[in-house]
Amino acid sequence: MTARIGVVTFPGSLDDRDTQRAIRLAGAEPVALWHKDKDLHQVDAVVLPGGFSYGDYLRAGAISRFSPVMETVVEQAKAGLPVLGICNGFQILTEAHLLPGGMLGNDHLHFICRDQKLRVENADTAWTVDYEAGQEIHIPLKNMDGRYVADQYTLDKLEAEGRVAFRYLDFNPNGSLNDIAGITNEAGNVVGLMPHPEHATEPLIGTGRTDGLPFFTSILKKLVTA
Amino acid sequence: MARVVVDVMLKPEILDPQGQAVQRALPRLGFEGISDVRQGKRFELEVDGPVDEAALARIHDLAESFLANTVIENFVVRIEEVAEAVK
Repeated sequence: MTARIGVVTFPGSLDDRDTQRAIRLAGAEPVALWHKDKDLHQVDAVVLPGGFSYGDYLRAGAISRFSPVMETVVEQAKAGLPVLGICNGFQILTEAHLLPGGMLGNDHLHFICRDQKLRVENADTAWTVDYEAGQEIHIPLKNMDGRYVADQYTLDKLEAEGRVAFRYLDFNPNGSLNDIAGITNEAGNVVGLMPHPEHATEPLIGTGRTDGLPFFTSILKKLVTA
Repeated sequence: MARVVVDVMLKPEILDPQGQAVQRALPRLGFEGISDVRQGKRFELEVDGPVDEAALARIHDLAESFLANTVIENFVVRIEEVAEAVK
């Protein structure tokens, strides 16, 4: 038996299929979830994929956050369900207040698409146990609203508690405070990041490396051995 | 019918690159003496029925939970007098 990992499709999601593929490559079973369906179909974990749900109207993730599926995701995440938000998914997690802080437009006001070097700062979350703390990885980054902001108190708290899960290395692509690329909640079951691990799971595409695959093997390991 | 306006602005401590870009364009256009520009959002809500205290309280909740993200933004709710159309 393997783990069932749900991938939510919102109107405007772009990377739901790639995420399903990454999950399958890691050896788990992807389950398509629909934004209008409150039922999570007994999945063991959920990924909120990248894209531009609702065209980023109002604020990125602000409208998706109120979709029926998110009611259940928020409730279950608080009870320990592992949830990963990638790019737009990360924005939805901050809008839903499952993760602290907020996401704003890149400081240079342009869309950015590049291979991004990151450091894995926290290898204890449900989605990062197959990395080593301090490991440097390359995965694609593509966004308009990637600037992570939070008040000083929240930043200090995240840093002190080791909850900055990923940090941009060499180049800060969007003006994120403290070079933050991704964070985790206190329990380590909810993780969000701007770069796209699902696009770095096969040598043929993305960065030509498979540096993103451990996200999906991590959660599988966590669920199967739990 | 009455109109309620919700103004949403980024919190003062948060960098507003759009406002900065606007501000930097001003000297080129011959506008001097503007030291800072910040850009926000304005929502105009056309309300059916009277805008009483209960209606304003509901709009306040709406602004707090949806129109603004209070982690990064501040908002102000106010009633706007709508001028009668000239016959």
